[in-house]
Amino acid sequence: MAGRTSAGTGVSAADGIATPSGHEPDERGHFGRYGGRYVPEALVAALDELAITYEKARHDEEFLGELNRLQRDYTGRPSPLTEAPRLAEHAGGAQILLKREDLNHTGSHKINNVLGQALLTKRMGKTRVIAETGAGQHGVATATACALLGLECVVYMGEVDTERQALNVARMRLLGATVVPVTLGSRTLKDAINEALRDWVTNVDTTHYLLGTVAGPHPFPTMVRDFHRVIGLEAREQVQERTGRLPDAVAACVGGGSNAIGIFHAFLDDPQVRLVGFEPGGDGIGTGRHGATLSEGSPGALHGALSYLLQDDDGQTAESYSISAGLDYPGVGPEHALLKDLGRAQYRPVTDAEAMEAFALLSRTEGIIPAIESAHAIAGALQLGRELGPDTVILVNLSGRGDKDVNTAAKWFGMIDEGESADDADGTAVARESGTSEPGATPDTSFAEPGARTEGAQL
Amino acid sequence: MTVSSVFRRCAEDGRGALVGYLPAGYPTVDASVELLAAMSRDGCDLLEVGIPYSDPVMDGPTIQAAADTALRAGFRVRDVFTVVERVAATGAAIVVMTYINPVLRYGVDAFARDLAAAGGLGVITPDLIPDEADEWLAASSRHGLDRIFLVAPSSTEERIVATARASSGFLYATSTMGVTGARAGVDAAAARIVARCRPHTDLPIGVGLGVRSGDQAAEVASFADAVIVGSAFVSAAERAGAPGAGALAAELADGVRRAGLPQPV
Repeated sequence: MAGRTSAGTGVSAADGIATPSGHEPDERGHFGRYGGRYVPEALVAALDELAITYEKARHDEEFLGELNRLQRDYTGRPSPLTEAPRLAEHAGGAQILLKREDLNHTGSHKINNVLGQALLTKRMGKTRVIAETGAGQHGVATATACALLGLECVVYMGEVDTERQALNVARMRLLGATVVPVTLGSRTLKDAINEALRDWVTNVDTTHYLLGTVAGPHPFPTMVRDFHRVIGLEAREQVQERTGRLPDAVAACVGGGSNAIGIFHAFLDDPQVRLVGFEPGGDGIGTGRHGATLSEGSPGALHGALSYLLQDDDGQTAESYSISAGLDYPGVGPEHALLKDLGRAQYRPVTDAEAMEAFALLSRTEGIIPAIESAHAIAGALQLGRELGPDTVILVNLSGRGDKDVNTAAKWFGMIDEGESADDADGTAVARESGTSEPGATPDTSFAEPGARTEGAQL
Repeated sequence: MTVSSVFRRCAEDGRGALVGYLPAGYPTVDASVELLAAMSRDGCDLLEVGIPYSDPVMDGPTIQAAADTALRAGFRVRDVFTVVERVAATGAAIVVMTYINPVLRYGVDAFARDLAAAGGLGVITPDLIPDEADEWLAASSRHGLDRIFLVAPSSTEERIVATARASSGFLYATSTMGVTGARAGVDAAAARIVARCRPHTDLPIGVGLGVRSGDQAAEVASFADAVIVGSAFVSAAERAGAPGAGALAAELADGVRRAGLPQPV
């Protein structure tokens, strides 16, 4: 590995599945007491078939070669590592390194898992793929892979999310996918997963459920994790090349937990590296309006696995809330539940306001507009930097880009009114707002001081 | 009374059993007691009392909506024991159908204890497979409850054997791949799954998913030991209250009687 440049790491994209992580669940998919299969019997045969197909593919040079080729030539792996010195000025002098999963094709880490599962779908001889999506990133990645490999694609998306992520709905439809708005329950990601599971029970002979996160029944938490392990494997090598050492802390956002587990996993056996997951704190933990499952939840079974979840005293799932559609989920992957109980990783909430401050700050200081999901990790890295002090190195998983969030952000920062869209036909909504910025105004604060909605948050 | 004795009595009567489902608390706790009592009085041999749950992934739109109604009306999990106790007092035989998380949250042993004390005979668990059921197997044995697991057309022979071995009372065969809801016809897969289970168990085999009419009930009862009807009872209750649910029970029971004892297929 020595002598390679960071532009071409010594890591192959398929290494995450080809090499065991050393942290495997038991044969029935239990991470400690968590995980397993809490599913209707009707799905067990399909889950067994998937587990067997995946296990064979992991050891099949042809499969590994095809995944490597796609990850390099199509996704654009390896993703770069970018130092963020101007952002770091706000983080107590710590060095901040961004793992740029936002630069992957389709704009997030989601493509890593989707390409792998889409190839497995072909191997199983299935012709139809279904998926759930919250922010639309997993739906877009799935629609993309299905277009590439000639698979029929149906994406379930909560009606609330189809409204706040309208751009991604259009992208999925352009890619040939059918998007089904889910009007049941809270009309967000949780309900989209329910509908996808109902579809799967009905059509399992021809259909693969391409689950987008490290939750769900075995083998999904392990398999999806392995497809994302490339993030940490690459980043570990890149950080060492750049700094000559390991990072002091790794920060990632956690909804279901796929990007976090992908980057954490390469550092699990390095106890000196702190692993911190940042959960959606919404309006604040005290308000009850949040999605901080590990921080505030309790163990229970949801969507096929035992893990932490937000629930009431009767075991009814509680409604989560976050400004970020991709984190707005009352469950979390079972391996995170184990890492929390073991104390190997910590999980903390970041409020909407803190995340949006970080969103603005990264945009203004580094010219990178992050996904609002990833902005939670940026906000967390700023906290960690102040706690750990100068001369520390913090690795952040910048899991997605913010193009899809432009409307939400423009509304948050008062650039456009609630009912308007940033891409209104004549563009006046945005032009009007940007015209109010004085030339020469302090760049870090002209829209990073959005007024009352982020009161109390500090840059 | 036990689940086995219910099936034995039906067999002595030269016929299979009719099992009727309704969520507890639908549309209210009191009204659900009245509906279930009518279903039992007018033809159901066994009642399946559902616990409304926020994320019922095995249920179609009819039962989802009923669960929502019950939850919005303030249903609490402990209310199921009240419903079971009051309906059992009318002489009905009752099992509970529940997704597993409300049971985990209540405490598996405490749930089994309180259900047995209320007069419940067993529990049907649509999202708990025997592989994950160690705690439930122990609690159900301790409190004398039957555990009714599901098999599906996609189940392998090996899994049918293991599931039948873990089950007691009866074995629940889902007739088709899919969620609950009334269907136009009986899936041919229904007879096939029953035939595949027979060599591996002496338990009665009940078939659910999709039955809504007396004729369909007769068709299913010609090869299965029990006909399980859910969504159609919910729809009948919504349309015409206890008289409607009772009338449907009578029609379905007539179909079951017409079929006589199940024949090998």
